[in-house]
Amino acid sequence: MNIVVCVKQVPDSTEVKINPETGHLIRAGVPSIINPYDHYALQAALELKAKHNFKVTLVSMGPPQAKSVVQMGMALGADEGILLSDMAFAGSDTWSTSYALAKAIKKIGKVDMILAGMQAIDGDTAQTGPGVAQQLGIPQITFCEQVEVDGRRVIARKQIDGGYEVLEARPPVLLTMIMTKDYTPRYPSFLAVSASLKKPFHVWSAADVGAEAHFLGLKGSPTQVSRIYPPPQREKAAMFSGSGQEGAGKILEIMRSEHFVE
Amino acid sequence: MIEVSNKCIGCTKCVPVCPFAAINMISKKAVMNEACTLCGACVQVCPVQAITITREEASAKDFSGYKGVWVYVELTETGDKTHPKKIKPVTFELLGAARKLADELREEVCAVLLTDKDHNYAKDLGAYGADKVYMVEHDELFEYNTDIFSTVIVGLVNRHKPSSMLYGATIQGRDLAPRVASTLYVGLTADCTALAIKDGLLLQSRPAFGGNIMADILAPNSRPQMSTVRPNVMKMNEPVVGRTAVVVREGAKLDKSLRRVKVLERKIAHDAAGVKIETAGVIVSGGRGMKTKEKFKQLEELSKLLGGVVGASRAAVDLGFKDKTHQVGQSGTTVSPKLYLSFGISGAVQHIVGMKASDVIVAVNKDPNAPIFNVAKYGIVGDAHEIVPKLIEALKKR
Repeated sequence: MNIVVCVKQVPDSTEVKINPETGHLIRAGVPSIINPYDHYALQAALELKAKHNFKVTLVSMGPPQAKSVVQMGMALGADEGILLSDMAFAGSDTWSTSYALAKAIKKIGKVDMILAGMQAIDGDTAQTGPGVAQQLGIPQITFCEQVEVDGRRVIARKQIDGGYEVLEARPPVLLTMIMTKDYTPRYPSFLAVSASLKKPFHVWSAADVGAEAHFLGLKGSPTQVSRIYPPPQREKAAMFSGSGQEGAGKILEIMRSEHFVE
Repeated sequence: MIEVSNKCIGCTKCVPVCPFAAINMISKKAVMNEACTLCGACVQVCPVQAITITREEASAKDFSGYKGVWVYVELTETGDKTHPKKIKPVTFELLGAARKLADELREEVCAVLLTDKDHNYAKDLGAYGADKVYMVEHDELFEYNTDIFSTVIVGLVNRHKPSSMLYGATIQGRDLAPRVASTLYVGLTADCTALAIKDGLLLQSRPAFGGNIMADILAPNSRPQMSTVRPNVMKMNEPVVGRTAVVVREGAKLDKSLRRVKVLERKIAHDAAGVKIETAGVIVSGGRGMKTKEKFKQLEELSKLLGGVVGASRAAVDLGFKDKTHQVGQSGTTVSPKLYLSFGISGAVQHIVGMKASDVIVAVNKDPNAPIFNVAKYGIVGDAHEIVPKLIEALKKR
C-alpha cells in the first residue's frame, strides 16, 4: 500500500500570548512545530509501514521554511517528501487548501490511504481532511484513535461522543487521527536527520499540480477573515493557598456560597 | 490583495504582531510571504498606514433566491434499534441561535431531519423555534454515515437554497459539514462562539490559536453560509408548547453502494448512574498531578458525593488513570457543567478549550502559575493528595 500523510507547520499555539496592553499577539520566540495531531498521524503511518512494509509519502503546504517539518518526517522514516509552496496559495482557507492538497495527491498517483491529524492547532477547524477526501471522491473516517490494515480492509477505531466505533472501509480512504498514547510520536536523532537529506524531496507549485488559480488564495477561498482581535479577558481567579485541611475547608466554603452543597 | 506602499519606514512593528509569521523585512521594507491570510493585524499596528488590503468586489452573483436559516438535526446513536433516537440538545441550542438570525433576516428557520423512522420529532423542533422541518425518512438513514448523509444534505440544499446552515460542532457535525461545504464549494466556519447578521451576511466569530485570538469570518460570495457551533455555547430558548412546525417530506434515492464505510462495532460508555460527561452538571476532573491510578480513584468517590461525573485531562488518560471516554478537551469532550472541580490539572490549551465554558471552575494545583488558574473562578494552591481525602471526609460528615 501507498500511504500519504498530510503534515502542517504551525506556530506552537501553547506558546502564543497576547500583550494585555496592546491586545496584539506576541509571536516573537514562538517556535514553529509540526502540528501535533499530524505528528501522531505520521507515527500511525510509520507503524503500518513497519508492520506491512508500506511506502509513506509526506505532503505539506506552506512557505519554503515548512520544508523543516517534511524533513523531520523523513528523518523519522517517511520515504519521500513533497512541499506545496507557491505565492498563489497565500490566503487559502480550508476549501482552497483541500483543493490544492487533493491536486498534489492526484499527482502522486496510486494512493491507498491518506492520514492526517484531525485538525491543526493554529486554526482548529478539522475541515481540511474531509475536504481532501471529498475532492478526491473517496470515503473518510475522522477522529480515529487506531488504524489497522488487514489485506485490503482498513479498520479504524473512531472516537464518538461518549464512546467509540470500529469502522471498516476499502482503500482508497482518508483517515484523520486524534492524539492517543498508542501513537506517541518520536523525534529523530541528528544522524537520522542527516541521512534523510538523501531521500527524495520535491517542491511543487500550483502549476506543477494543475491547481487552477481561481480556486486558490483569497480569490478562491469562500471564507474571509474580516477582523482578528484578542479574546475578552476573564476576571482573575480568587486565589487561596493552604494545607490539605484548609484547602478542603475552602472548597467546601466555595461550594456552599455557590449553592452546590448545603 | 495586500500591498505595502513606499510609505513603509522599515520600523518592523508589523513583524511580531503577525499571527502567521508572514512578514519578512526585505531591503528595509515589509514583504508578505505565502503564509499571509490577509487578517489585517499588521494594518492595525502600522504607524504610517503603509499597508493596505483590498478585497475583491462582492460577487456579482445574485443570492436573492437563497432564503432560510437551516439547522441540521443531530440524533443520538443509541446502538439499540428498539429505542427511538433522541434529538441532541445542541440541536435545540442551534434552533435558538437560528431563530434570532432568521428574525433579523425575516426568513424562516428550517430544521433538517434525516432518519429511518419519525418519532414525532417535529413537535419538539417546532417548540424550540423551527418554522419548518424538512424530513427525509429512509431505511438507509438508520445510522450516521458520511457519504449517505452528505449526499442527502447536498440534494436538499440544491433544491431549496437556504441562506445559512448551522451544525453542531460535534463528532458528527464536524465530519458532515466539511464534506457538504467541499461538495458545494461554500464557506464553512468551525466552532463559532457567536453568530450575528452584518449587512445581510452571517458574521461568524470563532477562537483560533487555541483560544488565544478571536476572528470574525464572512463568506460573502457563496451560499449557504455554513457554521458549526460547539455544544453548550448557544443558549437554548424556552420551548413554546404548542408552537408547531410545518413538516415537508422529502424523498431521497439512496443506493446501498453509497455506504463505503461500515460500522463493525459501537460502544457508548455511561457512568454507573447512566450520566454522560457531556451533559453532567458537576464534573470532578483530574490530571497528571493525581500521580497514580489508585489516587485518581479518590476522585470517583468525591464525584459520587457531589452527584457528578469524573473527567480527566489527556495526560491522565494517556497515563491510564481513566478511560478515554472521560477525557475533557480538544480531542475529548467539550463540557460546560455548573461546577467544574479540577485536581492536578495544569491547564494545557487543549484542555482549557474543552471546559472553560463551565459556570464555576474551582482549580486545585501545586503550581501557583498553572494556566488553569487563568480560567478558574477560584484557585487553590495546594496538594490535591492532601485536599481530596479531607474534602471527602468533610462532605461525609455533613
